[in-house]
Amino acid sequence: MSTETIHDTPASDDGHDAHHDHHIPKGLMRWVLTTNHKDIGTLYLWFAFIMFLVGGAMAMVIRAELFQPGLQIVDPHFFNQMTTVHGLIMVFGAVMPAFTGLANWLVPMMIGAPDMALPRMNNWSFWILPFAFLILLGSLFMDGGGPAFGWTFYAPLSTTYSGDSTALFVFSVHIMGASSIMGAINVVVTILNMRAPGMTYMKMPLFVWTWLITAFLLIAVMPVLAGAVTMVLTDKFFGTSFFDAAGGGDPVMFQHIFWFFGHPEVYIMILPAFGIISAIVPTFSRKKLFGYASMVYATASIALLSFIVWAHHMFTTGMPVAAEMFFMFATMIISVPTGVKVFNWVATMWRGSLSFEVPMMFAIAFIVLFTIGGLSGLMLAIVPVDFQYHDTYFVVAHFHYVLVTGAVFSIMAAVYYWLPKWTGKMFDITLAKWHFWCSLVSVNVLFFPMHFVGLAGMPRRIPDYALQFADFNKWISIGGFAFGLSQLIFLVLIIKACKKIGEPVSDQVWEGAEGLEWEIPSPAPYHTFETPPVIK
Amino acid sequence: MKRISTLLIGAMLAFSNSAIAQTLTAAERSDLNLRPGATDISTQVYDLHMMMFWICVVIGVLVFSVMFYSMVMHRKSKGAKPANFHENVKVEVIWTVIPFIILIAMAWPAATTLIAMEDTSEAEVTILVTGSQWKWHYKYQDNPEVEFFSLLATQREQINNKFAKGENYLLEVDRPLVIPTGKKVRFLVTSDDVIHSWWVPDFAVKKDANPGFINKAWANVNEPGVYRGQCAELCGKDHGFMPIVVIAKEPAEFDAWIQEQETAAIRAKEEEQRLLSMNMSMEESMTLGKKVYDTACVACHQPNGGGLPPMFPALAGSKIAIEKQHIPTHIDYIINGKNTMPAFGKQLTMSEIAAVVTYERNAWGNNTGDLVQAKDVNAFINGQ
Repeated sequence: MSTETIHDTPASDDGHDAHHDHHIPKGLMRWVLTTNHKDIGTLYLWFAFIMFLVGGAMAMVIRAELFQPGLQIVDPHFFNQMTTVHGLIMVFGAVMPAFTGLANWLVPMMIGAPDMALPRMNNWSFWILPFAFLILLGSLFMDGGGPAFGWTFYAPLSTTYSGDSTALFVFSVHIMGASSIMGAINVVVTILNMRAPGMTYMKMPLFVWTWLITAFLLIAVMPVLAGAVTMVLTDKFFGTSFFDAAGGGDPVMFQHIFWFFGHPEVYIMILPAFGIISAIVPTFSRKKLFGYASMVYATASIALLSFIVWAHHMFTTGMPVAAEMFFMFATMIISVPTGVKVFNWVATMWRGSLSFEVPMMFAIAFIVLFTIGGLSGLMLAIVPVDFQYHDTYFVVAHFHYVLVTGAVFSIMAAVYYWLPKWTGKMFDITLAKWHFWCSLVSVNVLFFPMHFVGLAGMPRRIPDYALQFADFNKWISIGGFAFGLSQLIFLVLIIKACKKIGEPVSDQVWEGAEGLEWEIPSPAPYHTFETPPVIK
Repeated sequence: MKRISTLLIGAMLAFSNSAIAQTLTAAERSDLNLRPGATDISTQVYDLHMMMFWICVVIGVLVFSVMFYSMVMHRKSKGAKPANFHENVKVEVIWTVIPFIILIAMAWPAATTLIAMEDTSEAEVTILVTGSQWKWHYKYQDNPEVEFFSLLATQREQINNKFAKGENYLLEVDRPLVIPTGKKVRFLVTSDDVIHSWWVPDFAVKKDANPGFINKAWANVNEPGVYRGQCAELCGKDHGFMPIVVIAKEPAEFDAWIQEQETAAIRAKEEEQRLLSMNMSMEESMTLGKKVYDTACVACHQPNGGGLPPMFPALAGSKIAIEKQHIPTHIDYIINGKNTMPAFGKQLTMSEIAAVVTYERNAWGNNTGDLVQAKDVNAFINGQ
């Protein structure tokens, strides 16, 4: 986005805005020093997109190596670094910052607040992120390479048997965690304290609700991750034995601690998506969201249940039967509130007046494909069959359906939905449709056959495979390259949008859109709601 | 488009499964689906999987067809006017309760199978399975003389695309595990270094090998045959190259086999003692040493001895492999390991250790002329 934004911005109906604009530095310093939620939102979104492309490039390396059986392009050690850093970047660098960016842009505008509650901390929580990822990416160039133990960094592979770059990995995760915690605190404080008069909890848009709950999850579990990486650090460099049986520790305890963070983390990456879909589907159905209250309760129950299901990632580690039963049943129960959400979206569309603009296309693709990922998740909950699925490509297929066609598609839907509000111009619809259809087809060519190779017995995280998996892997790789290229269309579209190319849009932008953010001018002024609106 | 692809995919799966049911006998390979496997338990697991699959298909088809119906019939372009409802307690209660009932229907058979799978009592044969980077070690607890390592048998040239790949590429080992059919075989699974996972799909057995802890699993194989699997937990560089092969034999054949192995093991021990008093020539040492190097050392230290520094140091030009006073250290590293290097004391015989030390001290320009004999290794072990 160009710095001209400030000058283009009509000083909104409120005279105070012009006064503030005088103090905004220009050029690079504007972005470095900014405390404006919209600027910081933009920074987060751009950062997430760049990381998405970087992590995607690593996925291309993985898929190129797996295009054929045999070792062709990279050696196994580098392959492991690619799978590890791809995972870390996509989780912590792409999906999470993208949601934080959306929260920054949208939460104040949706609840009628002038900005986030803690604007300086907001600036800091963003600006430490690039350093975290520079450290992580820099570790790839160290002697011995970067982290190669998977994004789950199971001990003792990440302790006794890892390279020295582990220290950089730990430091970088600490910074990411600090950033996430600060971002989450900001969201909580903003929503609890800065709602406009009359904006009661049960009037908040679902995106605000889901983010509020997500923020509590983040505050609860990011410190657990910090503890886990710290124990890895001291085990590796300072002679402790948290995860080393020879010193009285337990390598499986690492997995318990990691997944106690890791499972809520999964919902951190999907709850805001539910909020986005719950905003888009009613707009293009021209009908109120079905079951608002049950959506809120379903989100809260998913969040609570997420704390008691972690060990379903660890069924093969050797648990007592009773524990396996408990985690199986608890996991299965999650499908009930998740099902409620899907049913509510379908009921919202039922007897609506539907139109299929680009955000809606992504939202519908989300509902179908996320549900496929959810159903394979239900299959994975069943312990006896999980023994067969665990650590195979079936799992890889499952979590890419929920994270790519789930979380990432929801982010794209959100960007298409709110971009005209941010820039004041309609994006290039033709390009957007190309982006949608290319992504939709290629993502299924990429991830659907992974179910087959996984069931047929292909383990995950291997650089080479038996000949029976060759045909599908070729298709998977072709799908992967096509999906990667499709995102370049998105890049072009976003650049055009940031250059303000396109037809001007109305304040409401989409016929049927409801909420405070659609009542302010398009593009959204630099400062909004300095005088709080009154919600009736 | 979405609908078409969903239907297509559903149809593909449906077709593939009916095709599998017709053409696959137990344990035959499928490129698309789990296989029923070779044990009663694995068949139950397969049935459970298919039940889950079909329930998910039905749920998916129901939900999506309602949505697609709406997408076709309730279009704005068709003049659809939006209805006003946005709540309905009755409907919401129904679609909360029905999934609960479906879940209970799924949980019941799952729990029954799980309890059977975890009951490792009253086994007739017990085998200790130990994973290490990147090989498996099997020890027959009832015949303690019989223990051996099982390594990938696929040639490196196949992996590096120099030779054509064989039928069982990456799924073949030098010494398969042998078990009897029709008997409850218990596997005690553990590890010497990082976490591995011992997985044989046809037995529906996947158990993590945790260093310092022992996990239990079992299988009662119905049909004789060769069953292949792989390590399932990321365990470092060569995680993709530590397959598992199990041969199930009729009990009588198994008994004969184990007798033979026991005799061979005792004979090998005697041979080892005999070799202690003998000297190998340089030529013999180099030939045997290269053979050992190519199976045990080459993955990390590389065919040219250059290693992959700094994780896996070079041997060519290394102090330890050149300077005479370091010969005991050289032997020590091979027997006991060092840092991330695993210990090979159990895997290699004394003459093999001697030969590989000799080889490493004389290959790739290390021309030291040092000739290490089995008795030197023996002396080192006794002096330890």
